[in-house]
Amino acid sequence: MSSTVVVVDYGMGNLRSVSKALEHVVSDGQRVIVSSSADEIAEAERIVFPGQGAARDCMEQLKQGQLDEAVLRAATDKPFLGICMGMQVLMAHSEENQGVECMDLYAGDVRAFADEALSSQMQGLKIPHMGWNQVAHRQAHPLWQDISDGSRFYFVHSYYVDPDDTALTAGTTEYGIDFVSVIARENVFAAQFHPEKSAHDGLQLLKNFCHWNGQV
Amino acid sequence: MSLAKRIIPCLDVDNGRVVKGVQFVDIRDAGNPVEVARRYDEEGADEITFLDITASSDDRETIVHVVEEVANEVFIPLTVGGGIRTVDDVRRMLNAGADKVAINTAAVFDPEFVREASDKVGSQCIVVAIDAKKVSGEGELLRWEIFTHGGRKPTGLDAIAWAEKMVAFGAGEILLTSMDRDGTKIGFDLALTRAISDAVSVPVIASGGVGNLDHLADGVIEGRADAVLAASIFHFAEYTIQEAKLHMAGRGIEMRISDRYV
Repeated sequence: MSSTVVVVDYGMGNLRSVSKALEHVVSDGQRVIVSSSADEIAEAERIVFPGQGAARDCMEQLKQGQLDEAVLRAATDKPFLGICMGMQVLMAHSEENQGVECMDLYAGDVRAFADEALSSQMQGLKIPHMGWNQVAHRQAHPLWQDISDGSRFYFVHSYYVDPDDTALTAGTTEYGIDFVSVIARENVFAAQFHPEKSAHDGLQLLKNFCHWNGQV
Repeated sequence: MSLAKRIIPCLDVDNGRVVKGVQFVDIRDAGNPVEVARRYDEEGADEITFLDITASSDDRETIVHVVEEVANEVFIPLTVGGGIRTVDDVRRMLNAGADKVAINTAAVFDPEFVREASDKVGSQCIVVAIDAKKVSGEGELLRWEIFTHGGRKPTGLDAIAWAEKMVAFGAGEILLTSMDRDGTKIGFDLALTRAISDAVSVPVIASGGVGNLDHLADGVIEGRADAVLAASIFHFAEYTIQEAKLHMAGRGIEMRISDRYV
């Protein structure tokens, strides 16, 4: 019986912060490993799926390492935490890089803050959305335990998810518009912000994830 | 509910020790970077910036270890600048645990480097540090130029045009230091800060000249900065980060405040 928290490494950005933060909060008997092996992903107790950079590169790297299928399978059968780009690529499609087909776990698009249609709402707001913003809870969820509604987390992104099914929304954040900053369904929880960079509340969320049985 | 303005304590690091130059001449020692970073995290710092001022390239590796040690126990965003000249330097800092790197002189000598670095690691990791000095005389239209080498060498580059160019090349944030104000404790150059902030689409960090808490608030309100950076007022415990945040919030600025912080 392995009890590993696997941080999926598909060559997109630095995973040290994520793994160090997890090591800080795991229980005795849990082990954090950074891995690009489909077997290790399959054997893991739980999966953290981070990511930074551009959507096209992320999808290419995932496919190149043949990790997209392993990640999708994990997203159906064990506690799964998506972070930042690791949240965005769960959607069907991203507007980034002139359009990228993503993993299609959930119907919906990843949209740009810089979209013309939002220009009046985004007026005077800097892009990327960078810094500490509040997350309003939109679902009761085990991962919100000991985290106050409206707590601030660290964001850095220029695109946001827009799921077709509003029941996926577990948290929202205001930046010109009210956007979906957290989605959750069954064993999957995915956040646009970086819990590994969000001080106490971020560590609390990671700790909650490490204890979570994957049920809502 | 909205995005908070950030307070960023800056640690100048020389051979692994925190120092702060007053107008880059008189340098004092303010301690161990890991200890200082941990204290700032406990006080509620929104990010921490390290500027490596180590002169000898042989000793540059020291900052990598500093970043690693800090990143192992401080879980807020970290930026590292100073001596970043190649994409390999950028990657090394990010792999050590930095979230962003600040590129300064290398951008001036080779602007394409900024484009290359942001292509490789993403704009969100690339901060372009701009050291600007007022060059307009009394009664003339305000004008600032980019200076290198700690403010000693003029480049002839207009600061506003340069900031716009760096953003076009992929800078995700601008760290703007007024070389006239750095170390003076008389406040930011607010006209400069505002001119740059209004000119670019990315966040701007105001730096250089903070002597009291109103200066921080002025940087946001009048300078329209998204974040404020200071060193000595925090290093020598004149004010805690939390005091600074409460003061800024008192002037109507959205801040990240928690009773957890001291």
